[in-house]
Amino acid sequence: MTASQIIFYLISAFILSMGVLSVTSRKIFRSAIWLLFSLIGIAALYFWMDVQFIAAVQIVVYVGGIVVLIIFSIFLTQQSGKEMPKAPLLRTIAGALAVLFGFAFTFLLIDQYGFPAIDQPFDNDVARIGNAMLNTEQGGYALPFEVVSILLLAAMVGCIVIALKTKPEEK
Amino acid sequence: MSDIPISHILFVSTALFFIGMYGLFTRRNMITMLMAIELILNSVNINFVVFNKYLYPDKLDGIFFTIFIVTIAAAEAAVAIAIIINLYRSHKSIDVEDATDMKY
Repeated sequence: MTASQIIFYLISAFILSMGVLSVTSRKIFRSAIWLLFSLIGIAALYFWMDVQFIAAVQIVVYVGGIVVLIIFSIFLTQQSGKEMPKAPLLRTIAGALAVLFGFAFTFLLIDQYGFPAIDQPFDNDVARIGNAMLNTEQGGYALPFEVVSILLLAAMVGCIVIALKTKPEEK
Repeated sequence: MSDIPISHILFVSTALFFIGMYGLFTRRNMITMLMAIELILNSVNINFVVFNKYLYPDKLDGIFFTIFIVTIAAAEAAVAIAIIINLYRSHKSIDVEDATDMKY
């Protein structure tokens, strides 16, 4: 077993254990922190796969943005020290069974398909990504880029309007 | 680098997807359900990057899909949290069982 393999299995075990803790922990703040560690582990997996740009995006957007937003909303809406009520036993068992069977079938399909790996270096230079992103010709992503920027603007305006505090006498 | 079979990396992403599904099935608090959705989206991102890197190394489409999914996930989380905060102001609870005003 080479060092690269050992690192991969360590990262995978880290991601999966943190993910399980994040969906089973009964204190909501701890759950958010486990989610943070799981996302950091996924960024480490991207670094292991040599896709540095995606790893950087993962850290900046997820760890720096979304988790902080989630933690803020926890502080605004919950008593974070209090434990959440336990899910009913029937729902836990049914959910676990459905998830186990779904995982078994899906992984069986993946395992039997046997993807043929092409041993060829993957050139994901940031310069190449940037050129393709603003390219208007075949294989360029200029139109989705513009659409996503409009979507972000709409989401920003929508968030401000939805979360705006209305005056009590207007009700 | 390529001494790990692709199916082992896909095992991680599939397991992460179903961990997220389990969270979505069992949780009834909106913020924790949002966290489960983030896990699901991340597992999809891992799949895109793996397929791009190992099966089509001369293309960049998987990378772009990952970038756009991350962007849309950020927008989705922001809107969802705005809705949750607004719901908390009017109902004093963010449990999905309590948000039944539009049910009938």
